[in-house]
Amino acid sequence: MTPLVLRAGRFSARAERRTVVASSALVVVALALGLLGLCYGAAWATPGEALAALAGQGDSVVVIREWRLPRVAAALVFGAALGVAGAVFQNLTRNALGSPDIIGLDAGAYTGALLVTVLLSGGAATLAAGSIAGGLLAATAIYLLSWKSGVSGLRLIIIGIAMNAILTALNSWIVLRAELEVAIAMTSWSAGSLNGVGWDDLTPGFTVLALLFLAMAALAHAMHQSVLGDEFAASTGVDLNVLRPLVVLVGVGCTATVTAVAGPIVFVALAAPQIGRRLAGAAGVPFVPAALTGAVLLLAADLAAQMLLAPTSLPVGVMTTAVGGTYFIWLLFKETKKS
Amino acid sequence: MKSRLSARNLTLAYGDRVISTALTLDVPDGAFTAVVGANACGKSTLLRSLVRLLSPKEGAVTFDGQDISRTRPKALARQVGFLPQSADAPENISVRQLVARGRYPHQSFLSTWSDEDERAVTEAMASANVTDLADRRVEDLSGGQRQRVWVAMVLAQETPYLLLDEPTTYLDIAHQYQLLSLFARLRDEGRTVIAVLHDINQACRYADHLIAMKSGAVIAEGPPSDIVTAPLIEKVFDLPNLVVPDPVTGTPMIVPTL
Repeated sequence: MTPLVLRAGRFSARAERRTVVASSALVVVALALGLLGLCYGAAWATPGEALAALAGQGDSVVVIREWRLPRVAAALVFGAALGVAGAVFQNLTRNALGSPDIIGLDAGAYTGALLVTVLLSGGAATLAAGSIAGGLLAATAIYLLSWKSGVSGLRLIIIGIAMNAILTALNSWIVLRAELEVAIAMTSWSAGSLNGVGWDDLTPGFTVLALLFLAMAALAHAMHQSVLGDEFAASTGVDLNVLRPLVVLVGVGCTATVTAVAGPIVFVALAAPQIGRRLAGAAGVPFVPAALTGAVLLLAADLAAQMLLAPTSLPVGVMTTAVGGTYFIWLLFKETKKS
Repeated sequence: MKSRLSARNLTLAYGDRVISTALTLDVPDGAFTAVVGANACGKSTLLRSLVRLLSPKEGAVTFDGQDISRTRPKALARQVGFLPQSADAPENISVRQLVARGRYPHQSFLSTWSDEDERAVTEAMASANVTDLADRRVEDLSGGQRQRVWVAMVLAQETPYLLLDEPTTYLDIAHQYQLLSLFARLRDEGRTVIAVLHDINQACRYADHLIAMKSGAVIAEGPPSDIVTAPLIEKVFDLPNLVVPDPVTGTPMIVPTL
């Protein structure tokens, strides 16, 4: 199939038809699920009512615009961020297991967030900063530990899995040592949840993520080139010493920002890029399908978490763990058999 | 002898393991240069330093008089292309898509697929004889076909300099000669080719300029018919031999006398 080519003046771009079709389909699914999310709640709204409320008409404007819309938007944007983070690390390690939640970056971000909560008891900004610092420290530690005249993807992943276990234990210990009210708040947060998020919680995170998405858009072309291996990447003009730290910063930034607001939501970053890649029939692990699949997955998981034991709303992390854990076991089985 | 690509007084090392010291050479413009020598004599290391994959501990590689470590990576990649010994293709990539990756140094954030890119990829695929494979997936190809696809990718880069690290290794003998003839044709069209070759007879047949290395040092350099003698080959490869004229081309041909 010939690819779609777009040229206008000095601008030119190319996309495979199947990638465009798959991405458009994912956008439609995301919008449909989003509408369902606006309709669903203690009282059902019809799609017509929900859309009218979005436009500011009807009785349920507050319910839909201030309660349900932030939750839907959070699921879509955070899901996309996790998909991008997963694609970053899967491209870097050239391995489907290389994902921030598996190699301990979520756990590290959560450690950072826990520490600033216990020690500084700060607001949303300190929490986000602590979370990003924790994620970056975990990434640096894993990188240094797996360095042995160069970094191999698989060794980095195995060390990351160990790091994840250590940090998870550390996180439990911090919660146990914390004061009771802090501990209770942290425990519900530790499952990864979008319950009760409002615009005030989301605005800073959305701003940071918008900047990170822009940065990734600028880096994506070089990132895809680097997948050809260090030698080809360098000899075709990719400066790996500049590219690698930048994309790690974007990947950790995405995952840590989500963790700071919603807690560690695992397995979306692991699964979304691979599902997106298969849907798009693309080479390597492309970013747009990964982000769109992440958005759809997290929103679907959050809707299921609300509906399953309604009226009790489960933390979305419970859903992603249950479904994603099964996928993880299958993938682990497949990858170890391959190597 | 004119030369745009030169190495001056290089010390090359991997960590503490020093491969070469005081290595100086000029790559002759518009010629086919072959680098020969025994295994682990530093041929690939030299090639890697010429394309900035290895920074010299001392000395400098210069292109048009400028230190390549200070050249912008994309600018250097528009002048010098490199084919490594082995490379991995991303999963599920088609031949056309992989060859298109060679256009990277000519692309920018806003322009990722110009008319020029399309023309270069079509021509590169025709040159390397992979046009028929354009829509196949790279992982489904044979080793020889795959090597030709990588060559096409480097050709699509359209660099005046081509550095090739053992380009014929995975190929059967017919494909080896086809590929070498392709490089000779590119040289005739004005490009400069520098190849590490394992087969000394192929090197003598195709190269205009031969660089013989031993233990990290250049021990002889010049046109094959001027420098290749039985004592030199014995010194380089530690192999008793006889040098006779190649019955087809008249270039030196090495016959072992073990």
